[in-house]
Amino acid sequence: MTLDVERRLTRDWDDPSVIGIEGYRAKGGYEGLKRALEMSGADLIQVVKDSGLRGRGGAGFPTGMKWSFVPLDTGKPTYVTVNYDESEPGTCNNRELVERDPHRLIEGSAIAARAIECHTAFIYIRGEYLWQSIVLQKAIEEAYAAGLLGKGIAGGDYDLDIVLHRGAGAYICGEETALLNSLEGLRGQPRLRPPFPAVEGLYESPTVINNVETLMNVPDIVTRGAEWFRELGTEKSPGTKMFTVSGKVERPGNYEIPMGTPFRTLLEEFAGGVIDGRSLKAFTPGGSSTPMLPVDALDVHLDYESIAEAGSLLGTGAIMVLDETDCVVAAAERMVQFYAHESCGKCTPCREGSWWATRVLGRLEDGYGRESDIPLMHDMGTNIMFRAFCALADGAASVINSSLKHFADEYEAHVRLGRCPLREAPAVEGVAS
Amino acid sequence: MSIFDGAMLEDARSVIARYPQGRERSAVMPLLYLVQSVEGRISREGLREVAGLLDLTTAEVEAVATFYTMYRMRPTGEHLVNVCTNLACMLRGGKDVYEAAHAAAGMAHGQEISEDGLLTLHEEECLGVCDLAPAVQIDFMNHDNVTPDRMRELIAQLRAGEVPAPARGPKMESFRHASRVLAGVEPAEEARA
Repeated sequence: MTLDVERRLTRDWDDPSVIGIEGYRAKGGYEGLKRALEMSGADLIQVVKDSGLRGRGGAGFPTGMKWSFVPLDTGKPTYVTVNYDESEPGTCNNRELVERDPHRLIEGSAIAARAIECHTAFIYIRGEYLWQSIVLQKAIEEAYAAGLLGKGIAGGDYDLDIVLHRGAGAYICGEETALLNSLEGLRGQPRLRPPFPAVEGLYESPTVINNVETLMNVPDIVTRGAEWFRELGTEKSPGTKMFTVSGKVERPGNYEIPMGTPFRTLLEEFAGGVIDGRSLKAFTPGGSSTPMLPVDALDVHLDYESIAEAGSLLGTGAIMVLDETDCVVAAAERMVQFYAHESCGKCTPCREGSWWATRVLGRLEDGYGRESDIPLMHDMGTNIMFRAFCALADGAASVINSSLKHFADEYEAHVRLGRCPLREAPAVEGVAS
Repeated sequence: MSIFDGAMLEDARSVIARYPQGRERSAVMPLLYLVQSVEGRISREGLREVAGLLDLTTAEVEAVATFYTMYRMRPTGEHLVNVCTNLACMLRGGKDVYEAAHAAAGMAHGQEISEDGLLTLHEEECLGVCDLAPAVQIDFMNHDNVTPDRMRELIAQLRAGEVPAPARGPKMESFRHASRVLAGVEPAEEARA
């Protein structure tokens, strides 16, 4: 990449030596943890608050504030739980961040633990990340051997254990309370809030749950300071953000850019533009559960506020690109199938609604749609949105609502033509096209 | 107990010891992986033994085992081939790869295991390798940018008794072996080799 952009989380991606603890320490690794051990928890929380770091898992909640909600006087242990369940379709930056720099996650997690006086931290990694779990387990073992985890870390009197917990294939476990249930040995279904995890989370104890990318920003914030962190990004969305660009682009990949960078820059300069010189049709700005945006949004700036203004969400920064030859109805069908498959079954609008929506989308795409199917889709989208216990259902509804909003013509063409206008007419003899 | 005896019982104890005292139930997921590493699936007997180790009912363990797709409750091939067809992979031809896998394996859709017992094919949701789509996992190790031709080669290699080298990381000998690594009882050094 020739673009002149300061890389922070990815600055050592070209140096495989940092995967090992020696290489990581040679580049200043674990200095943040050492500094943190000399600071009070309150001071650590303050510097993270001052940095303006916001959760990178989708919600964008201020990290320092999240930490400050943890009560330390309940007589119960406190827990840090790292959400490495990364399962939002289109998202894979956490995977690569850990593959290439695993110790930065351990260091960030240890600093978070120190801030809330936690002595056992859990990293919940999705089961399908088998290789990444091997990389991380190895890094954890190295950190123990170096005295940076375990009893009296870095020669002081602070004890910290990190336990790696592998999931087993369930998107819903990325929802923080479902993750806690899964970690406790239950089905991964979400819990009622309040109580919020900060007060009553893992094992009914005060718990901080942070995303991988969020925590990997923390070591630099401790060593370089809040002001340094704010040098990139926008006032309300400081720092850099990882974006995954996939689908119909020349160079799919994970890219680190300052918050607020225009989407056009990411698409054209980093990802090499739309594949084969085709035109952009639509994209998801933050994974499949964030409303898709049409080509008019090409100049949207990639930060929480600007994307919200454009009618979508920054989500996990997972940009899936559709070109002019791709069918929005087919894309919507496949995305909604995902939610139907991953619905935990707790709530009717999600469990039943997402499944019925796949039936209607399927018949539209296959050329059997009726005129009444379009108002029916509107009705389903409206009746799923905000009517279930957690945000999984809203993901399905967002796909339906945003595709109808921006591509009504394309839905209508499916009904009018009795086939997908972007798919060649069926080649079977005797079947009318 | 027939699954958890000898060395396996030691493994189970080390898994349970990862979690705080009184919170042993957290070990149910890795213990289910251990069962799968022996049985190649999870049977009723496996559920009962996990329940016995954790002082839970069989129903409580079954509730967990049936919730997650990586636990296989039905007979499963020696190798599990997962093909992602979610949007990012679909846009790059993932559905063709999935069809190619079936044709190459000589398996019908819905057929869970090949007649020789070697293969199980599974249509996957997003595997988190959208940058390298279409994504395929064989025993949970990744193969990147897989084309239908490459898919046919991978199946042919498996049929010839060879495990194809993944894009990153070590080969898993089988679905059972991968399940054992997922239980976290293999030393990381060895698993990385």
